[in-house]
Amino acid sequence: MPKSGSTPKITRRTALAGLSASAALLAMPRLGHAADETIRIGFPTPLTGPFAAEARDQVKCAELAVKLVNDKGGIAGRKVELLVRDDKLNAGEAATRTLELIEKDKVHAVVGALSSAVQLAVNEVTRARGVIYVSISQSDTINEAKDFSKYTFHEALNPHMTTAAVARQTLKKGMKVAHLAADYAYGHEMLRGFKRAQTAIGADNVGEILHPFGAADYSTFMPRLMSMRPDVLCISNFGRDQANAIKQAVDFGVKQQMKIVVPVILHNQRLAVGPDVFEGVVGGANYYWGLETQSKSASAFNAAFKAANSGAIPTDYGAYGYSGVGSLLAAMQAAGGTDTDKVIDALEKLQYDLTKGPQHYRKCDHQSVQSVLVLESKKKSAMANENDLFAILANDAGADDMLRSCSELGHAT
Amino acid sequence: MDLSLIIMQLLSGIALGAVLVITALGLTIVFGMLGVVNFAHGALFMIGAYAGLYLASLTGSFWWGLLLAPILIGVFGMLIEFVLIRRLYGRSIDDPLLLTFGLSYILVEGVRIVFGSDGIPFPTPPQLVGVLDLGIGFFPRYRLFVIVLVAVVLLVLWLTLEKTRVGLIVRAGARDPTIMQVLGVDIGRVWLAIFGLGVGLAALGGVLAGPMRSVNPEMGSLVLAEAFVVTVIGGLGSIVGAVVAGLMVGISISMVALFAPEMATIVMFALMAVVLLIRPQGLFGVRGRTA
Repeated sequence: MPKSGSTPKITRRTALAGLSASAALLAMPRLGHAADETIRIGFPTPLTGPFAAEARDQVKCAELAVKLVNDKGGIAGRKVELLVRDDKLNAGEAATRTLELIEKDKVHAVVGALSSAVQLAVNEVTRARGVIYVSISQSDTINEAKDFSKYTFHEALNPHMTTAAVARQTLKKGMKVAHLAADYAYGHEMLRGFKRAQTAIGADNVGEILHPFGAADYSTFMPRLMSMRPDVLCISNFGRDQANAIKQAVDFGVKQQMKIVVPVILHNQRLAVGPDVFEGVVGGANYYWGLETQSKSASAFNAAFKAANSGAIPTDYGAYGYSGVGSLLAAMQAAGGTDTDKVIDALEKLQYDLTKGPQHYRKCDHQSVQSVLVLESKKKSAMANENDLFAILANDAGADDMLRSCSELGHAT
Repeated sequence: MDLSLIIMQLLSGIALGAVLVITALGLTIVFGMLGVVNFAHGALFMIGAYAGLYLASLTGSFWWGLLLAPILIGVFGMLIEFVLIRRLYGRSIDDPLLLTFGLSYILVEGVRIVFGSDGIPFPTPPQLVGVLDLGIGFFPRYRLFVIVLVAVVLLVLWLTLEKTRVGLIVRAGARDPTIMQVLGVDIGRVWLAIFGLGVGLAALGGVLAGPMRSVNPEMGSLVLAEAFVVTVIGGLGSIVGAVVAGLMVGISISMVALFAPEMATIVMFALMAVVLLIRPQGLFGVRGRTA
């Protein structure tokens, strides 16, 4: 508390200085050169809605990536600023926010979006305006020739990579497989991935059920799924849908009859329903903090995140925020600025290792080639501490042959 | 398609309908007696789940949570009636609607601030974990318990309204509040109790739904829509209507899920549209009643 004698007085001189400073601040955007000083990255993500938990982690990690670059003096002497916008998990909202980011805030690039439909909308806008977009959504329709543009980059894993890796660990020849998938792009893509993998392995499809997106109750699907008598049940949905579907499947005694497998096992949803429900569930992941025993990059990323977030650990979707923004900033660093064509060129040539090992963007479709983890949720009694959620079943190193070929996606080869 | 599967499906539909009935009931009672369309009903359902979870972890038993949360939130509901809604009686129906709509935002944000926006696990009570072998298939014990509990609550509610003096006053008050006042009944106290009951039922629905779904601040928004659909199908203000419509919607969802699973959510809205076309006042509603 200031003592009465030391109360600051506002003199005429300081008032004038303050006024002129704020006037200068107001005039700033009009001066072309001054506006170019900071590098602005737009970051649309669904801060409200069923994927809010994942989105918030993305923001924290994206902010960390920006902070680390700024702490080292920025890019070519320019500071980096992250402009986070809530896309509300709505394609229209995302398109409006992205357009605003580009037209009004004059961002130099866009990173973000979590849901497949939203990602398509953001890509549509950035493609039309010639602005680089690094997507961190698991859906990869934007990598197919019809939606792709040279401005489009995809940092996240894609359905083909995760389902193939998970299937390798869980399916065997002759096994019976049933599917419960969300009835929208994400579910359809994961279902397609699993079916392709199971055909290659020689497992049999005994049935599939599509459920409405965002359903709260899955009980009505359970009797039919159980009557199919599968060995493995693949549940392909996201966010709270994953938590609710697994929880209710477990209530119906599904785990006594079959193994539950998901394309992407979510850190936050495991926390939301507890260890008993998730026990034994196997799924793919881009990142898990426990990787730190195997990877120096993971250990450095964990340490940086802990330092910035009072000891918390980064999650799977958080890591996307970090590597999405991080790879873009590394490319800007290499390009020496924000010139779009130079940054695209740098991104195509970039070899980066931010969270888990070497990654690079494939030339034809700009998909990030990277490792895929397969995790199994631990039993409560096997957990060493409250963050010890998963056991790492596999860590498949990234390779071009994990992806669908360029020609399959419709790109000229 | 074999018969046992259809019976299992029917049972899941009844369990689903039971939760719909309990949530729609509070909404329809408050509307029928007070003429208030409570848009905060979903948020109070969610608050009920959080209160149940909190009380269960405080006392170490789900059963205390199940008993105390509806009472506690019911009292909270009375407070809302006494402080806010009471002032709006006699005005147009939009005023309490807007008030409760705003209130729902405050409640959801409040929970986000206190408990965070992530989901929180709500464990099934240990006595009800697992499945029961019904001979034709397995069914979760907890869902069977929900069906039984809802049936008991309905019975108690019906007996109170139809067979007791309090019930008589409540029914008369809904018919003609002015005459009741002339007869010396403090109608304000009746309304206070009714609103508390409606909110308590919402909270009970929340606690019951907790172990079946993950508990999160947005869990009430979908429930509000479902409760409105059930109320509209059954007829605004009709208790019998809410029960019949709730079970009807639950069973329809379940049966449609068997043949066209991707249509499972849409079916209740389709059902509502058909009912509105044929019987605009709802199955058990009274024509021309707009409160």
